[in-house]
Amino acid sequence: MFRFIVRRLLQLIPTLFGLSLLLFIWLRRLPGGPETAILGERGTPEMRAAIRRNMGLDEPIMVQYARFVRRLLRLDLGTSTATKRPVVTEFLERFPGTVELTVMALVLAIGVGIPLGYLAARRRGRLLDHLSVGGSLIGICIPVFFLAYVFKAIFSENLGWFPSSGRQDPTIDATRITNFFILDGLLTREWDAAADAIWHLVLPGLTLASIPLAIIVRITRASVLEVLNEDFVRTAEAKGLTESTVRRRHVLRNAMLPVVTSIGLLTGGLLSGAVLTETVFGFTGIGAFVAEAISQRDYPVLMGFILIIAVVYVLVNLLVDLSYSLIDPRVRVR
Amino acid sequence: MALLEVDDLSVTFSRRGQRTVRAVDGVSFSVDAGEVVGLVGESGCGKSVTSLAIMGLLPKQPGLAVGGKAVFDGTDLLQLDDRSRRDIRGRDVAMIFQDPLSSLNPVIPIGLQVTEVLARHRGMKGAAAEKEAAALLDRVGIPDPKRRLKEYPHQLSGGMRQRALIAMAVACKPRLLIADEPTTALDVTIQAQILELLKELVRDSGTALVMITHDLGVVAGMCDTINVLYAGRVVETARRRPLFREPRHPYTVGLLGSVPRLDAGRGERLNPIPGSVRDVLPWPDGCAFAPRCSRRVDECVGEPPQLVLTYDGRGYRCVNPAPVPGTEPGQEVRDTVPTQAAPGSVPAQAEPNDPPTVPGLGPAPSEEETA
Repeated sequence: MFRFIVRRLLQLIPTLFGLSLLLFIWLRRLPGGPETAILGERGTPEMRAAIRRNMGLDEPIMVQYARFVRRLLRLDLGTSTATKRPVVTEFLERFPGTVELTVMALVLAIGVGIPLGYLAARRRGRLLDHLSVGGSLIGICIPVFFLAYVFKAIFSENLGWFPSSGRQDPTIDATRITNFFILDGLLTREWDAAADAIWHLVLPGLTLASIPLAIIVRITRASVLEVLNEDFVRTAEAKGLTESTVRRRHVLRNAMLPVVTSIGLLTGGLLSGAVLTETVFGFTGIGAFVAEAISQRDYPVLMGFILIIAVVYVLVNLLVDLSYSLIDPRVRVR
Repeated sequence: MALLEVDDLSVTFSRRGQRTVRAVDGVSFSVDAGEVVGLVGESGCGKSVTSLAIMGLLPKQPGLAVGGKAVFDGTDLLQLDDRSRRDIRGRDVAMIFQDPLSSLNPVIPIGLQVTEVLARHRGMKGAAAEKEAAALLDRVGIPDPKRRLKEYPHQLSGGMRQRALIAMAVACKPRLLIADEPTTALDVTIQAQILELLKELVRDSGTALVMITHDLGVVAGMCDTINVLYAGRVVETARRRPLFREPRHPYTVGLLGSVPRLDAGRGERLNPIPGSVRDVLPWPDGCAFAPRCSRRVDECVGEPPQLVLTYDGRGYRCVNPAPVPGTEPGQEVRDTVPTQAAPGSVPAQAEPNDPPTVPGLGPAPSEEETA
């Protein structure tokens, strides 16, 4: 088990190098550069050249890459060309919001999706089944930004249940430690701050969760239906076990295998999908920042963001593989 | 009163826009404590559906209808509610399935799959349950049971898996055991071991056993009474010896005749029953076997044949049965069953432990038939 984890983490290193090299070259091939973003259309060729020299962009690409890697080894991602602040500082301020949002969406998608998919399978062909299958279809089809405006209109403007934007009520004087607002609230025992942060997460979380929720409902339902027809479930029934034992021990556990795999794949999409949701809900996460970085050709920010997403993706899928092996002894890792 | 009395059991599946399928159609048989009763027939004849209906394990689906009675020790299993049925299943009535790999949960250790029965019906927990589970595995012939308890089904061999399934089934000393083709998925040497184990369990505990199989070798080696099923109905019922010696229904004759013989000449062909189970006449229109039958006469078509009962407790559903002093078919049959009685033993009809099972029928006027 331990060796498996170490091996997977070591595999991460060549992956990251390959990915970063490709990205590095590809980003610099994009038409326009930071100098265009700064000067606009009016800059003279001399001014452009001066800026490029200043940023070290006139050097051969391999020299630039070598410098990038040297800095990366010291966990330095460089300076944003747009804000002139260190990329790491920017990220530390903004990533926690995105992580909170993603975790909220995951919790909602898993916490609602698995039970709903399970119930739909048990009540196959009845109202709940039709509702959840139809609902999940809608969940997949509706564009996220549209759903976001619908949620805001209903739950925020009409009913006034949830705030429509921001991460926390600005009137709350919360202490910041990690920039994870919920965690900070718990650490400093400012319960109202934590609760308010959660409250602000509900609508964006629901919006972001809509697609993964729909996918998890469908996969769970299909998987449970398949397992219900397995011979070993009949054996369990033949033993006279109570219905709840049969469900928990024999049906659910086996049905979870494909669901766990899909959760791993969905998590990566959630992190990058958060960009849109954050914009609509005026949520200070990494999303809006990265969207801006693209139009500004802010190379260091983009490199940093994509590399971090890659690391998270690999780590999440490592977790998935580990939990897979916990559930199914046939794929025990060595 | 027998331990299990199945009376006029019928199972139908109906679907909108499709013809209703009668998988089981008026099946009756009974099983006494310590007795081994066989249900024999080709795939699709309704033998597995019969057993699942008795257990209440048919997949719940709209259009499924189960009729008749299955009285176990005074209670009709078909009338029980879900909760009481779960109380009886695994404790009084247990079942062994065909494919031991798919019948075991792949992600749970063998130990838990045994102890969960003990916990459910005998209230055993922790170390006590584990000890009992090890004893059970030991009893069904699994070596090193303590280690096996921690293993998963994929780590066991086919024979071991079937032994483990049997251990789960007999964990609460059930009074009735239903074995649905327990040896089909196993190779021949393992088959013999598993059958021997089942025989031993029946002998030691007085458990009644319903043996479902298509394998006449299994029937010959184990069963006291045999019911031959065709297209959902019992077409012949008899005790073992008379059935093998003088099969009356042409289908039984065909089944016995199609067993490959070791002493047949090299060039000799096998004798399969012509046609397939799909060439069925619906029972209300006559004998379902008629399209494949070599003894077919005009009376076979028109109305369903009645069950003919003879004074020695045999029954067959045929208007033109194979003749009794079995000159040609009987002769062949005797040869196919090496474990049969030696020449000169008491004729089956006169066996004292084969009394007429139908009260009031008395000695028949002739050996041939009584309607």
